[in-house]
Amino acid sequence: MTAVDTAVDMSTALGAAPIPSPVLTASGCSANGAELEPFVDLTAIGAVVTKSVQLRPRSGRPTPRMAETPSGMLNSIGLQGPGIDGLLADDLPWLAERGVRAFVSIAGTRVEDFAELAQRLRGVPGVLGLEVNISCPNVESRGEVFACDPVAASDVVSAVRAVADPAHPVYAKLSPDVTDIVSVARAVTDAGADGLSMINTLLGLVIDPDTMRPVLGGVTGGLSGPAIRPVALRCVWQVHRALPHVPILGMGGIRTGLDALQFVLAGASAVSVGTAVFHDPSAVARVHEELAVALAQRGFASLRDAVGFAHREAA
Amino acid sequence: MTPLTTPAPRAARPPVQRVVRVAGRRPVGDYVELTLAAPEIAERAEPGQFVAFAVGGPTSGLLLRRSIAIATARDGEVSVVVSAAGPGSTWLTERQVGDTVDVVGPLGRRYPMPPPGTPALVVGGGYGSAALLGLTAALRDAGSAVVAVVGAATAGRLCSVDDLGELAEVVVTTDDGSAGQRGWVTDAVARVIGRAGIVYACGPMGMLRAVAEQATAAGVPSYVAVEESMACGIGVCMTCVLPVVGEDGRTRFSRSCTEGPVFGGDRVRFADVGTLPWDVVGADAMGVVQP
Repeated sequence: MTAVDTAVDMSTALGAAPIPSPVLTASGCSANGAELEPFVDLTAIGAVVTKSVQLRPRSGRPTPRMAETPSGMLNSIGLQGPGIDGLLADDLPWLAERGVRAFVSIAGTRVEDFAELAQRLRGVPGVLGLEVNISCPNVESRGEVFACDPVAASDVVSAVRAVADPAHPVYAKLSPDVTDIVSVARAVTDAGADGLSMINTLLGLVIDPDTMRPVLGGVTGGLSGPAIRPVALRCVWQVHRALPHVPILGMGGIRTGLDALQFVLAGASAVSVGTAVFHDPSAVARVHEELAVALAQRGFASLRDAVGFAHREAA
Repeated sequence: MTPLTTPAPRAARPPVQRVVRVAGRRPVGDYVELTLAAPEIAERAEPGQFVAFAVGGPTSGLLLRRSIAIATARDGEVSVVVSAAGPGSTWLTERQVGDTVDVVGPLGRRYPMPPPGTPALVVGGGYGSAALLGLTAALRDAGSAVVAVVGAATAGRLCSVDDLGELAEVVVTTDDGSAGQRGWVTDAVARVIGRAGIVYACGPMGMLRAVAEQATAAGVPSYVAVEESMACGIGVCMTCVLPVVGEDGRTRFSRSCTEGPVFGGDRVRFADVGTLPWDVVGADAMGVVQP
């Protein structure tokens, strides 16, 4: 490859919070960041998006929790984690001491769970903002997933926005398993979301032909990896077209800089690299470098100039 | 009952990710031994640790890493024994000298060493025996007399018998009697465990459970290296968990990659693997309560 001037301005923002790189980890795909330290300069990436935290420690589901699928995987972890006390005591201080930005994913089964988590994260050093994982069952609505109901999703987002640190952008993470993702996107932005994380995994199933039973202990699981990239890109495209001023953190099967470029061109102002980290622990830093080269090769002086560029009128 | 073991300590040095050259390849029974020119991994590796391979090349649709125990690490080279089980491991066994592979390692925690001179029993099942080579050499160097019980279903699925024979007194068992004594490793273990001050094992889960139970019943500490299905090998995917009793006596879903793969044999709740017992930390938040 010929040398390319990669002096592209890669800075961007999550809502009003500036970040030097548009490439972040993805929630649930990099634990709480420390495990990647041998492979990536965590201070140089956009942020570590921490694994969704709930109020209490969670064991997660029994094994098997994972099945490999074509260009992807199915997982059913069950949000194993230390709970908010553990996150505040151990993980967030570890990140803050190193100057690593944390975008904290919160999850719950009641509206007030989400609000309590947002409240407890107010003013915590190193916390850049909140990603609200609304792909959880709502115990007050017979287990229907918040993200699949625009009203329930809005209730969560407005409750979080009302109590969250004013300096923390609040991003709602949308599920692709809905009939009309634009209507959910519009509802949560009307409810106060500062941005949208798109997309969460798609619900899938794998059956073992030998045992003739579902492979996963949790029966169904979330499908991720390059297999879902066209679905994710379509969602970003549709929402950016309908709501061009709403910032989007794009994700779903990003493995290379050219994959990330597609999300930026579709309307994402930042991206998360998730399942690719399992394949390549240095993927987040590599995607940043490759994206910078790809933007330079196409004559962009800044990342911001490329956001939504694929929507331009035909020449 | 108070466990006889203490959890294995964290590795002294962090892992590296490198694209390395295959420096050697030879069939060993039904398996393939690959030797990698990987000096930075070799100098860091400790007995019981593993490496994680990307498989299928740069455009592969197989995204998950294949985690394989390190057999030997010396002179800038790391060797592994690969069993062609599925498309990913088959791809690995097809690598030729001069090919390159993307590998991360060394990963996980090592087998803890006993007080110098403690007589040791090492037990390997199938290709798991390869993972005992570095340990057996270290035990020998520390003055331990080592007995190795090496078993497999058939002669072709035995591994590292000759290499272990240079370091230890070796007993071979096969299920079908095609090599060594007919029977299971547990039969041989029962005969020699009285001479052991510590037991180490690597192999299939059923064998690890049986050997750990034999050791614990005999009042001997045991350490097992588990082979759990892992997506990443580095501790971020949370798929490879097992119910393991910690130093505080509480059971947690512990990652086989970063908290293992070596666990105290009396700390793994083998009978509960694949279930969520109520007394696992955080089970209450999953709706599982004390009956």
